[in-house]
Amino acid sequence: MGAAPASRNPPGLGGRNPAMKIVTLVKHVPDATADRTFNAADNTTDRAGVDGLLSELDEYAVEEALKIAEAGDGVEIVALTMGPDGADAALKKALQMGADSGVHVVDDALHGSDALATAQVLAAAIAKVGDVDLVLTGMASTDGSMSVVPAMLAEHLGLAHVGFVGELTVSGATVTARRDGDVASETIEADLPAVVSVTDQINEPRYPSFKGIMAAKKKPVETWTLADLGVDAGAVGLDAAFSVVREVTKRPERTAGTVVTDEGDGGVKLAEFLAAQKFI
Amino acid sequence: MAEILVLVDHVDGAVRKTTLELLTLARRAGEPAAVFLGTGFDAARDTLGEYGAAKVYVVEAPELEQYLVVPKAEALAQIAQSSGAAGVLLTSSPEGKEIAARLAVKLGSGVITDAIDITVVASEIVTTQSVFAGGYTVTAQVTRGTPVITVKPNAVTPEATGGSVGAEEKVAVAFSDAATKARIVDRKPRAATGRPELTEASIVVSGGRGTGGDFAPVEALADALGAAVGASRAAVDSGWYPHAYQVGQTGKTVSPQLYLACGISGAIQHRAGMQTSKTIVVVNKDPEAPIFAMADFGVVGDLHTVLPQATAEIQKRKG
Repeated sequence: MGAAPASRNPPGLGGRNPAMKIVTLVKHVPDATADRTFNAADNTTDRAGVDGLLSELDEYAVEEALKIAEAGDGVEIVALTMGPDGADAALKKALQMGADSGVHVVDDALHGSDALATAQVLAAAIAKVGDVDLVLTGMASTDGSMSVVPAMLAEHLGLAHVGFVGELTVSGATVTARRDGDVASETIEADLPAVVSVTDQINEPRYPSFKGIMAAKKKPVETWTLADLGVDAGAVGLDAAFSVVREVTKRPERTAGTVVTDEGDGGVKLAEFLAAQKFI
Repeated sequence: MAEILVLVDHVDGAVRKTTLELLTLARRAGEPAAVFLGTGFDAARDTLGEYGAAKVYVVEAPELEQYLVVPKAEALAQIAQSSGAAGVLLTSSPEGKEIAARLAVKLGSGVITDAIDITVVASEIVTTQSVFAGGYTVTAQVTRGTPVITVKPNAVTPEATGGSVGAEEKVAVAFSDAATKARIVDRKPRAATGRPELTEASIVVSGGRGTGGDFAPVEALADALGAAVGASRAAVDSGWYPHAYQVGQTGKTVSPQLYLACGISGAIQHRAGMQTSKTIVVVNKDPEAPIFAMADFGVVGDLHTVLPQATAEIQKRKG
């Protein structure tokens, strides 16, 4: 990243003066293979009763940041998460993979925050990290799956957002991204700083090495509250949410249908079922 | 009655089916007004009117085609504010959700994504969503600002009103500096397959690891049924089918009338993308495959023999 502007401001978290600073957003989510549920009292996602882990889709963002760091000099990677106590497990994984430092935004007032509040808090945290050139995120969390936080974050920061990126190159003050949509494959150029969210097609995330796991124990992790960020606690959390869940209903288990074993006529039986259901 | 804005999803004026679904839903909550961004409105006018758009706002500006979504979000925000609309509906596509996200921040409004239904309760718009891989149904409503709602394809059958566009308003938008920070420098249209679009199709036939890389029987059955073709993550990761056709958490979410899962075991990653399908048919060699638990009809057998036989039988019945 030799083309960094000379006017770059003083060092951030790492205490160095990086040529490029990347923030990767990581989220600690309930394990999707476990029985996920809601808190009965307020219809929020139950984050305590289920084992959590780093949202799998965020690993691709961490990996992409590491690849950019390995290709250039002086790239600093800050992993950022927002969530209750324990959510820093997601940071730990990012640090083990190779991120330089971590920030955990934690505050009781954040419980029940919606996407809009989440984006507002993350934007404030990114501003506090300071001099960020690139924000990398996954394409969606594996729990809420709304995919809207990166764009909201970019809106708050006044930055470009390029979503669903399958290939990324950084050159000087520009990122070039390829994304494969439903009707076309597009190449996008965006000015840095920018927010980029990447798909699971972009790379193959590494497993933390033993060396990486040992090194992560010594990496700095800061804990910030809403007061540290200058965000009003009344503007976030469940009571300030812009939308409200009225009712949560567990979907009835699908009743098992008819299963036949193919004895040479399985295809005919399949066609008969489709005909009986008026699909043909 | 207050206006409900519907952002028109179109390619050069060819209106996509999802827009007609939105117009149909918008009628439940107010007076549907279409927002048409870009070129080609003349080709879209009759269709929009026929499905109930009494009014259309039209914005034509080169920025809408040259830059990513921000100009569209700015145009829609301006119209939402000036019209005093009671709600904004968009398609739950990646672009629709991104516009919705920016719009919600600009308007200071709540946003709900991936609604599968919309009703009006005590004059409030109430959405239904399917969450946690279809394990739960949630109803919700926006409580602050103008509700911004993205709706999944196939939420409703489009119903024509036989009306026509009564009022057209050309809107000029002054775009901000932020609108031009992400430039589209190249665009290669995907080759047409001749099959329906995956997320809009009423029937989807998907193949997984069990195809062994041979999608011909899956495609042949799809064509006999007029269906779209999908693929599991295992099949896509193996390089057997393009990622654009992946059904699941990291691909497309589909909710067709009929979903046929062929040689797919049914990992949570896949179920998340198809669990809300109305009827599910499974063909798998392994009787223990978890996907059989979701099947309305299942065949334990090799897809390489079962599918061609089914295809031949369907063609015979169709004459």
